[in-house]
Amino acid sequence: MDELAQAARLALRLITEFDSALVDIIARSLLVTASATVLAAALGLPLGALLALARFPGRQMLLVTVHALMALPPVVLGLLVYLVLSRAGPLGFLGLLYTPTAMIIAQTLLILPILAALASQQIEELAREYGELLRSLGAGPWHAAATLLWEGRFALATALLTGFGRAAGEVGAVMIVGGNIDRATRVMTTAIALETGRGQLALALALGLVLIALGVGVTVATFGLRALARRLSAA
Amino acid sequence: MSAILPLTVEGLGFAAGGETLLAGIGFALRAGMRSVVLGPNGAGKSLLLRLLHGLIRPTAGSMRWSAPEPARVQALVFQRPVLLRRSVAANIYYALELRGVSDAGRVDEALARTGLTALADRPARVLSGGEQQRLALARAWATRPELLLLDEPTANLDPAATRAVEEIVAAIHAAGTKIVMTTHDLGQARRLADEVLFLHRGRLVEHRPATEFFAAPASEAARAFLKGDLPW
Repeated sequence: MDELAQAARLALRLITEFDSALVDIIARSLLVTASATVLAAALGLPLGALLALARFPGRQMLLVTVHALMALPPVVLGLLVYLVLSRAGPLGFLGLLYTPTAMIIAQTLLILPILAALASQQIEELAREYGELLRSLGAGPWHAAATLLWEGRFALATALLTGFGRAAGEVGAVMIVGGNIDRATRVMTTAIALETGRGQLALALALGLVLIALGVGVTVATFGLRALARRLSAA
Repeated sequence: MSAILPLTVEGLGFAAGGETLLAGIGFALRAGMRSVVLGPNGAGKSLLLRLLHGLIRPTAGSMRWSAPEPARVQALVFQRPVLLRRSVAANIYYALELRGVSDAGRVDEALARTGLTALADRPARVLSGGEQQRLALARAWATRPELLLLDEPTANLDPAATRAVEEIVAAIHAAGTKIVMTTHDLGQARRLADEVLFLHRGRLVEHRPATEFFAAPASEAARAFLKGDLPW
């Protein structure tokens, strides 16, 4: 019990004093996860719109695949990315394994299916509401897709937050492709796993508290977005 | 630009799922007068408008417009106004841009004509039902259509909002736009119609000047409809 209290005190001090090791890890985590979220959005939202609006052979197959990939455990995804990026793998020549770039790739692939699936659901719903109007006004398919993405902006922003939250909290994928190298690829979740294993509870606890705060922040932002959307009657 | 009217419709029909919803519709639609498509629920009124607007393709017959690309100079106002999740003014501007007109002055003009100027910056979807339908009319008017199709535009509105919509429709007509409107409201048909197309069970039963139609309907179905015995 005493040990715990001491760890908690130390953790708070690390946070309040902006301990350089702690800040370094947090900054890297945020950079990796934010990059992955942006990339996943750039790919996933158009993919979602395509799945919702276009009719092409294999669409149903792709839809099922995307939904199935949502359930892929991060550690398995990490393994697959590892195989591709490892020296013997098809993209091994890029030398990306154990770099933040590899971690960004892994997290992008992790949340891409989530964003695509949520976006396609949202846009399909909007298409039912606006399909006739947009055709009546003379919008072509690309213009219509862009309009529907914008009409769904609040729900899609919520989806982005969901993706960000999932990526920020996952440990399996970044551990495997990043390697948890100090000052290079160590992020909050991998650091917690390592420090706890070594019995260094203070740093682990401090990072844990930051992660919890991040999670709460994402949740609050989600609720705020929903409230704003309702007020503008845009829900 | 050459005019899309007159329109000649011949043998127009639409079937879906093995069911014939419209059949053998033939009429000529001329510019100018206000044409009201009248008939009970399920007669095929909305369907006819959607066929005219090109939202759905007929499964039989033909529509011959006097100029190509008729949809570009038409506007359709739906029974339930469909508004984008953005401001009142932005809703109108959006429609104008799609017609290749980037002129904010047209937005102001449309807002002023429909009494919505004070609401220009409000989110469109927080407006009242009547205001939303006025916005849908403003959006249609801003594009200066040659033909305005209205699908039961006042079905969900109270009497005051209905009157406002009817006044705007009259103003749009006075400015030179051909009006084709569906309704099952007899009072409204009497107020607005120059000619009546009476639909019954997917067929065009009568197409006559409004005064003649209301004074002496030729068909049994129309007589029953006017008496209020909604025939099915």
